[in-house]
Amino acid sequence: MTTEANTFMFILRGGKSRRDMSPTEYGQLIQKYLDWIETLKNSGRYKAGDPLEAAGKVLSGKGGNLVTDGPFAESKETIGGYFMIAARDLEEASEIAKGCPIFENEGTVEVRQIAEKPRPEIQQTAG
Amino acid sequence: MISVLTDENGPVVESTEPGQLVDNFFRLEAGRMVSTLTRIFGLDNIDLAEDLVQDAMLKALQQWSFGNIPRNPSAWIMQVAKNRALDILRRRTLFQRKETEISRTIESRTQLQAEPAFSEAEIRDDQLRMIFACCHPSLSPEAQITLTLKTLCGLGVAEIARSFLTSEEAIAKRLVRAKQRLREAKVPFEIPAGDELTTRLDSVLQVLYLLFNEGYNASHGPELIRWDLSSEAIRLSELLLEHAACNTPASNALQALMLLQASRFPARVADDGGVLLLEEQDRSRWNKTMIEWGLYYLDQSAEGEDLSVFHLQAGIAACHSSANSYESTDWQKILSLYDMLIEIDESPVVALNRAVAIAKVRGARAGLQAVAEIQNKKQIGSYYLLHAVLAEFNLELGNLQQASDHLLKALELTHVESERSFLARKLRRCEDAKARLSMRRKSA
Repeated sequence: MTTEANTFMFILRGGKSRRDMSPTEYGQLIQKYLDWIETLKNSGRYKAGDPLEAAGKVLSGKGGNLVTDGPFAESKETIGGYFMIAARDLEEASEIAKGCPIFENEGTVEVRQIAEKPRPEIQQTAG
Repeated sequence: MISVLTDENGPVVESTEPGQLVDNFFRLEAGRMVSTLTRIFGLDNIDLAEDLVQDAMLKALQQWSFGNIPRNPSAWIMQVAKNRALDILRRRTLFQRKETEISRTIESRTQLQAEPAFSEAEIRDDQLRMIFACCHPSLSPEAQITLTLKTLCGLGVAEIARSFLTSEEAIAKRLVRAKQRLREAKVPFEIPAGDELTTRLDSVLQVLYLLFNEGYNASHGPELIRWDLSSEAIRLSELLLEHAACNTPASNALQALMLLQASRFPARVADDGGVLLLEEQDRSRWNKTMIEWGLYYLDQSAEGEDLSVFHLQAGIAACHSSANSYESTDWQKILSLYDMLIEIDESPVVALNRAVAIAKVRGARAGLQAVAEIQNKKQIGSYYLLHAVLAEFNLELGNLQQASDHLLKALELTHVESERSFLARKLRRCEDAKARLSMRRKSA
């Protein structure tokens, strides 16, 4: 990866499996994710990735005293997990996100760049 | 939260490498889970068990898709299923008063065993209980196989439908009816004991053999061998043999038979997809390990007095497996085994195979005579192999016209692509020989 790489967060939503998926189909779908992650790792783009538990709480109101239990929205909006990916820019990151198997199951991927930290001095870009 | 079990439970399915799942992982796990959950909730709640298995696989999908496969995936997914089951049981205890009749029976059932057992030995026995339930005599052979494939082998409705070249709807209906039947017949979820074991085990062996043959002699469809079905029969039979009460001479003989037959799978299909007969097969492609295991089980099956159909068929298969070449096959011994087999099983198919052995020992004319004795029997006349065999005998005797007539008849009777291409090949050769003969006659 070049030094100018930025980090992007892929937020995976929805992608519910069909209720009638067979065990073999479950295995094949997981394998697609594993293969995708493997290529990301091999190209040095993969930084992290984790699923999120379905249960959670939403705090709001004064002092966070208004507490609601998850799941919070429709299942198609539920965040299943995230990946941290290195890419040059938003364009490239989106291109990478297109490989995510979640699209086979009507899920979505939100691609967001981790905001660049303010730098103490202007960096010399290599010529 | 999910607690990961210790390694003592041992993964039943070994991961090939970290982060990789073996192809049939979920299939096998589904079979284990649905069996164990059925023990907990009862055979009449098998749908609930299947739902929970679906939940567990969904959970695995959600968690593992991010690249973190647990060290012991098998224990992990069973733990998920177990947690869900315990959740349901607890909730049912809580709302017991409001619960229906059905759940009260579940309650009383589970009160006997405060915490359901999830040991490897228990899970293995659950699968046996499931085999006995699926192969219950109150179900038709079709229903028995379908239910076995669904529950124990973890095949989906669409996959089973593809295997039997029928619609998903038909398979789904068959499954609903089969489960209904089990409920009505009040089939217990247990490994039978005593005298009942003998008859029930018999029916299990029959189903496994049917399943194996469905894979081996695909009676329809483009593929000659559907290895998945045959290998499932061998796997389930292995499960039976691991249980002392089910490790009988007959179950050993069946395993021997299936392994010896399966050892020839790699050599049985030609490059063009056509079927290769024993005499055409490259014997170096036979699976040596399977033959060794087959002979081992055949040896095991010899204990006791019991001489089943499987013993004799395995004995015949062993004769072929031990011959280094087609020419050195001990046909005398094979014929004597067929002579015994026909005493117990007088089916025309056995008689036809016996006729082939007779031809090998006493010549094609004797073979023809043996076929003539069974030809008028019902069913066999429309059996393509009968005509293939008659063609073979006639070819040997130089009756080219009769040979090609029988080949044409055989072609009419089979729809399996590989068998058709084999027959067509044979017919071409026969027609060539006829043409050469008439040329020679003309020039003479």
